[in-house]
Amino acid sequence: MSAERRRPGALLAELGVHALLLGAVAFALYPVLWVVALALSPGDAPEASILPIPTAPSLRHFEAVVTTTSSEGVWLFGRQLANSVITAVATSVTAIVIATPAAYALARFDFVGARSGTKALLASQMFPGVAAAIPLYLLLNALSLLDTRSGLVLVYATSAVPFAIFQLKSAFEGIPRDLEEAAMVDGATRFGAFVRVVLPAARPALAITALFAFMTAWNEFILAATFLSSEDMYTLPIVLQRYMGEYDAQWGAFAAGSILVSVPVMALFYALQRNLVGGLTSGGVKG
Amino acid sequence: MRAGLLTLAALAAAPLVAPAVAAAQERVEVWHAYRGEEEEGLRAAAAAFMRASPDVRVRLVAQPFGAYASKLESAIPTGNGPDLFIDTHDRVASYVAASLIVAVEPADRAAFEARIEPAHRAALTIEGALRGYPLSVKAPALYVNTAFVAGEVEALEDLAALSLPSGVYPLVMEAQSAYWVSGLFGAYGAGLVDEDGGWGLGTDGATRALEQLRGLVEAGVIPRETDGALVARLFTAGRAASAISGPWLAPDLPPELRWRVQPLPIVRGAGGEPMRPYVTVEGAFVASRARAPDGARRFAEFLMLGEGALLRARRARQVVTDEAAWASLEDDAFLRGFRRAARQGRVTPTHPHMRMAYVPADRAIRKVLRGTFGAREALAEGGRRFDDVTRALPAPVEPAWGLLALGLLMLGAIALSIRRLREAPLRAAIKQSLPAYRYVAHAAIAVGLLVILPLVVGAATSFFAGRGTDMYFVGLANYADILSARGGDLFGNGSFWLVLLVTVLWTAANVGLHVVIGVALALLLYRPYLRLKGVYRVLLIIPWAVPNYVTALAWRGMFHFEYGAVNTILERLGLERVSWFASWVTAFGANVATNVWLGFPFMMVVTLGALTSIPKDVYEAAAVDGANAWQRFRHITLPLLGPFLAPAVAMGSVWTFNMFNVVYLVSGGEPDGGTEILVSEAYRWAFTRGNQYGYAAAYAVLIFVILVIGTRLTARAAEARA
Repeated sequence: MSAERRRPGALLAELGVHALLLGAVAFALYPVLWVVALALSPGDAPEASILPIPTAPSLRHFEAVVTTTSSEGVWLFGRQLANSVITAVATSVTAIVIATPAAYALARFDFVGARSGTKALLASQMFPGVAAAIPLYLLLNALSLLDTRSGLVLVYATSAVPFAIFQLKSAFEGIPRDLEEAAMVDGATRFGAFVRVVLPAARPALAITALFAFMTAWNEFILAATFLSSEDMYTLPIVLQRYMGEYDAQWGAFAAGSILVSVPVMALFYALQRNLVGGLTSGGVKG
Repeated sequence: MRAGLLTLAALAAAPLVAPAVAAAQERVEVWHAYRGEEEEGLRAAAAAFMRASPDVRVRLVAQPFGAYASKLESAIPTGNGPDLFIDTHDRVASYVAASLIVAVEPADRAAFEARIEPAHRAALTIEGALRGYPLSVKAPALYVNTAFVAGEVEALEDLAALSLPSGVYPLVMEAQSAYWVSGLFGAYGAGLVDEDGGWGLGTDGATRALEQLRGLVEAGVIPRETDGALVARLFTAGRAASAISGPWLAPDLPPELRWRVQPLPIVRGAGGEPMRPYVTVEGAFVASRARAPDGARRFAEFLMLGEGALLRARRARQVVTDEAAWASLEDDAFLRGFRRAARQGRVTPTHPHMRMAYVPADRAIRKVLRGTFGAREALAEGGRRFDDVTRALPAPVEPAWGLLALGLLMLGAIALSIRRLREAPLRAAIKQSLPAYRYVAHAAIAVGLLVILPLVVGAATSFFAGRGTDMYFVGLANYADILSARGGDLFGNGSFWLVLLVTVLWTAANVGLHVVIGVALALLLYRPYLRLKGVYRVLLIIPWAVPNYVTALAWRGMFHFEYGAVNTILERLGLERVSWFASWVTAFGANVATNVWLGFPFMMVVTLGALTSIPKDVYEAAAVDGANAWQRFRHITLPLLGPFLAPAVAMGSVWTFNMFNVVYLVSGGEPDGGTEILVSEAYRWAFTRGNQYGYAAAYAVLIFVILVIGTRLTARAAEARA
């Protein structure tokens, strides 16, 4: 490999790679920068230009989004941010807690119903959610969980579980059985080996699965808007949708809100990027 | 900061004050979808009401407009709804049909009849009973920039004749939208629906109106592809002599701009008739399961007449229905302008078909403005589309047949499982499986109850028909209807089979490009000595981190004809501007570009992960054998990547197949519904075509069946090859 570096033309190839990657980065960032430009522009429509640069940058849209208050004068944005964080974190914890043992069982045990169960999980991913909103509403109503964060968490977490099980199942399949067998020889129970040996080894996949469940809850709008009916319960995506009216849209505020909503997810991606690469594909080869 | 401190103080004080008054108070929950000034005005009115009536406590809840109607529909029947809600009159008929609201009787009938115009009372009267309290009216008016036009604009044709500096449009309006064009249609005596709820744009008048509109756009009098934000921007920037807009435009206008408001002008081409736009009457409605109906009525009365009306006029800038309030609004030119505009308009028909007419009408108008169709032809086609979505629902089928079929099916399933359970090997196997069940039980219960059960119930609604929640059993009629393209051409516009074809193309194009771009970028990033690798990787996954409904809208803006970045770039490169949503190929391309952008990071990351698990020595051996880069990729990397990519491709295909947001938000199905995919069709049946949930559910079931069969077949094919 080091021989390749010294080859004439390697520098040129390197430059070419950077040029391609820079092009891809420009493609990836360009639409997002338009959102940023719109959020920083004082009006509600962007300028017709090639570079997304606001002409008279102002923070008034951000201010408007952050300082909204309820009719009783309660500061709403803080509460709604807290709702979003609590809901998303609880969703990802719940989804992981539910999915992990099930994924482990599917990866390690051969049991009656494993195949049909996996098929049902896969099938649930193929059914468009548009038909399920009303039944879910009635179900939450029966459980008296409408307009609560717990109800939302329950729905989000369970909807994230099937994908989480697939992710974790393939991650567990990629972990050699010898590891836990050695632990069991040393006297650990099956469950002890699972908790103390398998789970730490699957940490990247767990992190990514948690991130996906977090995003499911963080970005979801339709169910949240249907189930929640008080402003101090709203999550941030509902707040964003409030800027779109029947006749007019407050694009500036919408864009500013979008950026505020996106920043935490970007930060998580940044923090977890190493896990992302390993965690998505571990054990992609089925044994 | 000060506001924050005040809030804190208020919070601290609240527990001390609350218990003292709470006992006698009636709590009234009021839902609305107002924002900005209107929300502030409503709050001011509520505060004034509570001062006057300390025994009632009003709680205002602002709802997102997009989910408002469907939320009322699910919340009120289950007792989770508001006591009072504010909405427009054109939904009242469907609310009455679904028993969401109760009939009301004003406390002072004489004052009500003396102070509220008959047309506004009539708008909220269904089957002879008053259903709500009329509060205000909304209608488009003409904003005039007085720097360009001194007096009142008399005729639409006069605007075209203005001599203006270059870059200033005579008129800006949302010419692509039937609601905003309704004034012009009205001048020619046409409306979206006729009195019986039939298609109203099949008339000669409608054709002439649309031809005139096309003439105005082609002559550059009205800019192309104008949405609300663009109307606001052009008028704000002084680049329009006049604008057709609503009251919400005013707060954003800069102080240095000199403008006034007048009713829409007359149309000489229509024999001097005035433009008669649709007028919406907003009312307050008492919900049928209100817990505090008396408080709700009192608050509604307060809003409607007297102080409440005046507060709404002054603070919310609403054109209030209370005639008496106008005596003290004499000097308010803005509100008077809008009031005159509303008087010149006509109240939107309340027929339930009215809301289903907008989409076909919008699409017909767009086709004509893009010059792809003649006005008469496009409107006739719009009429066929309208007839299709308003067609008579299938006849009810005796539910006994459905129950019988269901019963037989369940009996069969039970008999089968009992027989299997009797088999000794299975019982032994189940006994052995018990430890595994301890790991999966909670997941099975949770997913079964909260994922599978709602889907099964949702699927079951596909055997029912109806508009809204009032449904009856129709057996397989929905399926027969969909699969036979509702008796029309099997591959005609909007037919299930054509949409399926588009959906398959859509999925193939997207997933193909996701894989190509994702793998290519991963290979570039995987070079061992690459500098800035981490930076590139982080920046390249940003499309994944931003909510897709945000970036889909950003992409839509980038494809705008006049102001979109894509066309600006094309022009700078010396190329022609493209009207992206005018032809199927470009509109489909715009959707694909957006979705490829959204999806490539996932494939890139999957590939990067896969690459790390390919042993390096394989490459070294190949390099020794003299394989070049392409050969190494083709014969080593690609085959080794395959098994890693297969699950991601399968998952990605399912996601893309059902990627509703991009299609709905970027092209919106344009041109003429051609880029709709199955899931967006399902959504339209559920929400913009008269809430035919059963029909939408049948679409959902068909999507499910197609995906199950599709993944089975590809899995089989993959196994056969391996």
